[in-house]
Amino acid sequence: MTPTKMTALATVMVVLSGTTAMAGCGITAGNVSILSNDFAALNAVAAGAMECAGDRVTVTANQTTEHRDLQVAALTANPAQYTTAVVANSSIVPLLSAGLIRPLDDLVAEHGAGLKPTQLITIDGQVMAIAFMANAQHLFYRSDILAEVGLDAPTTYEEVLAAAEAIRAAGIMEYPVALNTGAGWNLGEEFVNMYMGYGGEMFVPGTAQASVNDEAGVAALNMLKALTEYSNPDFLTFDSNGTSALWEAGEVALATLWGSRAGTLLDDEGSTPEVVENTALAGAVTTGGGTVPATTLWWDGFTISANISDEDAEATFIAMLNGISPEVISANSDAAVWLGEGYEPTPAAVGVFASATAGAVPYPMSPFMGLMHSAAGDNLAEFLQGSESAEQALADIEAAYTTAATAQGFLQ
Amino acid sequence: MPHRTFLWFILPSLVAMILFIALPIGSVIVQSLFVEHTQVLIVSESCGPFGCTETTSIDVEATAALQAAEPLGRFNGLGTYFDRNHLASLEVSQAWSSSASIAEFFSRLMNLPFYSALAFTMTYTFVVTPLVIVLGLFIALGVNSLPQFAKGPTIFVSLLPMIITPLIGSLILFWMIDARGIIGSTLQALFNDGSLSLKASPVLTWITLIVYGVWHSAPFAFIVFYAGLQTVPEDTLEAALIDGASRWERVRYVVIPYMAPLVVFIALIQLMDNFRVFEPIVGFSAQANATSLSWIIYNDLRGDTQQFGSAAATSVLTILGVCVLLSPVLIRTWRDFNRKRA
Repeated sequence: MTPTKMTALATVMVVLSGTTAMAGCGITAGNVSILSNDFAALNAVAAGAMECAGDRVTVTANQTTEHRDLQVAALTANPAQYTTAVVANSSIVPLLSAGLIRPLDDLVAEHGAGLKPTQLITIDGQVMAIAFMANAQHLFYRSDILAEVGLDAPTTYEEVLAAAEAIRAAGIMEYPVALNTGAGWNLGEEFVNMYMGYGGEMFVPGTAQASVNDEAGVAALNMLKALTEYSNPDFLTFDSNGTSALWEAGEVALATLWGSRAGTLLDDEGSTPEVVENTALAGAVTTGGGTVPATTLWWDGFTISANISDEDAEATFIAMLNGISPEVISANSDAAVWLGEGYEPTPAAVGVFASATAGAVPYPMSPFMGLMHSAAGDNLAEFLQGSESAEQALADIEAAYTTAATAQGFLQ
Repeated sequence: MPHRTFLWFILPSLVAMILFIALPIGSVIVQSLFVEHTQVLIVSESCGPFGCTETTSIDVEATAALQAAEPLGRFNGLGTYFDRNHLASLEVSQAWSSSASIAEFFSRLMNLPFYSALAFTMTYTFVVTPLVIVLGLFIALGVNSLPQFAKGPTIFVSLLPMIITPLIGSLILFWMIDARGIIGSTLQALFNDGSLSLKASPVLTWITLIVYGVWHSAPFAFIVFYAGLQTVPEDTLEAALIDGASRWERVRYVVIPYMAPLVVFIALIQLMDNFRVFEPIVGFSAQANATSLSWIIYNDLRGDTQQFGSAAATSVLTILGVCVLLSPVLIRTWRDFNRKRA
């Protein structure tokens, strides 16, 4: 390299570091590393946090759908591999249980003036996470197809079934319904939602004893089965990506999908104008004459690792606040239902808002809920395929859960 | 070779095997004998965007104290092995005493996660292994009789299924057999049945996975057999030719006996590999219809609660299964070895 080129390069580097130092968000020094799920809203948050990178501040992010499987091991390390884990109501539980995240009260008092009180996730009086977005599964429907069969938007699953039958009878679609019924976590979530819609209690109150094998359980399973009979025969492989693709291909007319997918389904990419213009959102429907929508409310928020220096914790807190700043939120209002200042609700948020105002319950945050969720996801396929009774499927869920919960020390 | 020299000769691999094979297996066996401590639960109020609720949570300090006292957890002996999610001794004996017929007993057995996984694992192993050997031999014989210039490209193309990572290969096929994929829609048109789906029923899913397994592993058998074919003695083949043996007779009476040790080798490797079938179940999202022992281990270690004891017990059972499967082949090899030495 010639001396002139060296000088030029050095100048460029000086200029670069000069500009980045100014964008430091007021952090003097520290490492910020983010572990999070991978979807549009979280990408925007991470990008916002990265703006704080500067002279003595490094910001990195690992955004992966496998984040739940990494987080416990990564935060157990000392110093922790990530300074913040972005979690939801279910995935915060293993971090709480192992004491891997720190109380944020001091940091909130010092830097959190812009946060709304509802954003503070407090457990036993201590702030453990800062929530920034809400999510829930709710109804998506095709207004043109419902108009064709002369029906209004359904408000109950019974009406969804009637509409599905009308669409099938009119010869418009053979399989008009889609839910995220892929065996495993997704199917478990559908069961939890439906069971909540029938007013069920997952556990004997005050204990870790399973209690899903009851009337509400049977009713929930029968409704799920009735719905899957209007779903494409591949329904046991449906995850969010699968059902979104079906929707964008215009192959379904009634679906219960995650609110966080609404932005993607309402944009003009990946689908025809006919589908996009007629995609309508509504709150989650009720079922079985109940008044509570058959869905659960979720929040996404960030936590700060316990096993890091106070300096890094403070840097991370400030950087993450920058990631959920009013500017980031207003620039990405389509991507999520944001909880912070600066959010103007968009058409994509209608479904989540409607579900929340209709009294949907939050997803339970108890430490044994994950085992119940897995047991449900693993034991419903045979019932939905018609080779097992609802009672047997529920008994299997309880037995699988009880065995696992005993080994994990929740039951004696 | 003197024992001393032999010891020095194998020392490096011996150390590596102890470090990377024996010790991990030992730790898994120890882990499988323990379960988590009794959790100390507290009920407190938690608040968030959707209001406040009473929430059960784990008392972190009390749990940490328990863990510091006994880091491995509670000793459970062989309890995990016999619980419902593994060998299910209680459930099996109940099913046996209360079932009216063998069929009923069998269907109740298949309702238990371990046995339904074992059923698929065994079926997969015993269907795929022979098919791979037969198909691999035929491809090798076919390629070997090609003119020289065509051999290279044909070998390359035949090896492709093995070169593609199993997960990617199964994902590609998964999309192709989708109702809107090229294979899926062709089958629907062929059978004139709009609801035909390879992913929907257990039987079709099993067939799909087995076809995938053969497709993926046949190149391995092929390349081993092809290498073996290059060493079949020319003079024996010529002698057979002079004696008027047909092509089939030459294969049957010269080539196949000559390659018998290779068949044993491929059978050994394939039995081991197929018993650990895993990637296609994930790639094909087939868990609703087919699970394997390896998949159960994976499922235990995923999600919000990782079940190490349960996964360790299934791992040990898988190792035992591999030992049982391989024992006939190994005993035979051992006898042959002794006979040759005698």
